[in-house]
Amino acid sequence: MTQLEFLNIVTPFKDKVFRLAKRLLVSREEAEDATQEVLIKLWKNKAKIKDYKNVEAFSMTMTKNFCFDKLKSKQAQHLKIVHSNYQDHSVSLQKELELNDSLGWVGKIMETLPEQQKMVVQLRDIEQYEFKEIAKMLDMNETAIRVALSRARKTIREKLTSTHNYGVK
Amino acid sequence: MVLNNIENLLEKYENGETSLKEEQQLKDYFSQETVAPHLEPYKPMFTYFLVNQEEQFTKALSFPEKSKNKNRFNFKWLSVAAVTVLMVSVFVFKSFNEEKLTLTDADKIEINNAKEALAIMSKHFNQGTAQVSYLDEISKIGTQVDYLKEITNPMDRLLKKRRFLFED
Repeated sequence: MTQLEFLNIVTPFKDKVFRLAKRLLVSREEAEDATQEVLIKLWKNKAKIKDYKNVEAFSMTMTKNFCFDKLKSKQAQHLKIVHSNYQDHSVSLQKELELNDSLGWVGKIMETLPEQQKMVVQLRDIEQYEFKEIAKMLDMNETAIRVALSRARKTIREKLTSTHNYGVK
Repeated sequence: MVLNNIENLLEKYENGETSLKEEQQLKDYFSQETVAPHLEPYKPMFTYFLVNQEEQFTKALSFPEKSKNKNRFNFKWLSVAAVTVLMVSVFVFKSFNEEKLTLTDADKIEINNAKEALAIMSKHFNQGTAQVSYLDEISKIGTQVDYLKEITNPMDRLLKKRRFLFED
């Protein structure tokens, strides 16, 4: 398999891998590294790629596992992931772009969710996968996914409602 | 009516029971400029999802292990080449030696024929030389016979003298 063929297989979902990694690892750089790692692992096993029934689902599972390992090793080292991709708050404050700010809020709320809920929201609401596919990727049953999703959605909505009502930003 | 529908969908949505199609309806509704005031809090949520769909992995992909592989391959092929050269040389050397030693049945028969022929020839040749050796004896005798000539010479002289005397 040439590099070009490999890229043709990988390109449709490499952004999804990246976004899932970023959802879990928060920092953009970390997510880029993770994506790179996942793709390199795929490249190394390129001979087996044709045997995989669903390369995309397989890659997403790999990404999940890779990010979990990464998070675990960070916790073990008592290091917090410092994400350097903060937006310049002074600018957005000055512009007072309410929407942009409230989007930032959603992001912050998402960060507070448990990992499993983060992934489920990411895969369902952002990547729009079917429950069946998510179940395969995360090795969970569909009911558990629906429950996690429902909890996550309610949490986000509740927190947004409270900030909206209080006008706290 | 539309609002009612959206509210129903939202409830289903929060229970995790909506299909992808229904979720797309919700996203479409909340991407409008204006939404019902009491649904306002949902707007950033759906907008956030839509915005995040667009984020892309922009870093250039590199395959570092490709070049490594190339190097490894070179060493591999080098050793393969060395081994094949060794094998071929040993094989060729061995087969050359064997070619010298191995004789086919036809060759053996020919050699035997040649040996027999030579043996017959030498036998006859030896017989011939044995007969020829008598000639040596003859030539020896011949030389002995030469003495007789010596004898005849004085005889001639004596006979001449006698004749001379008798004539006188």
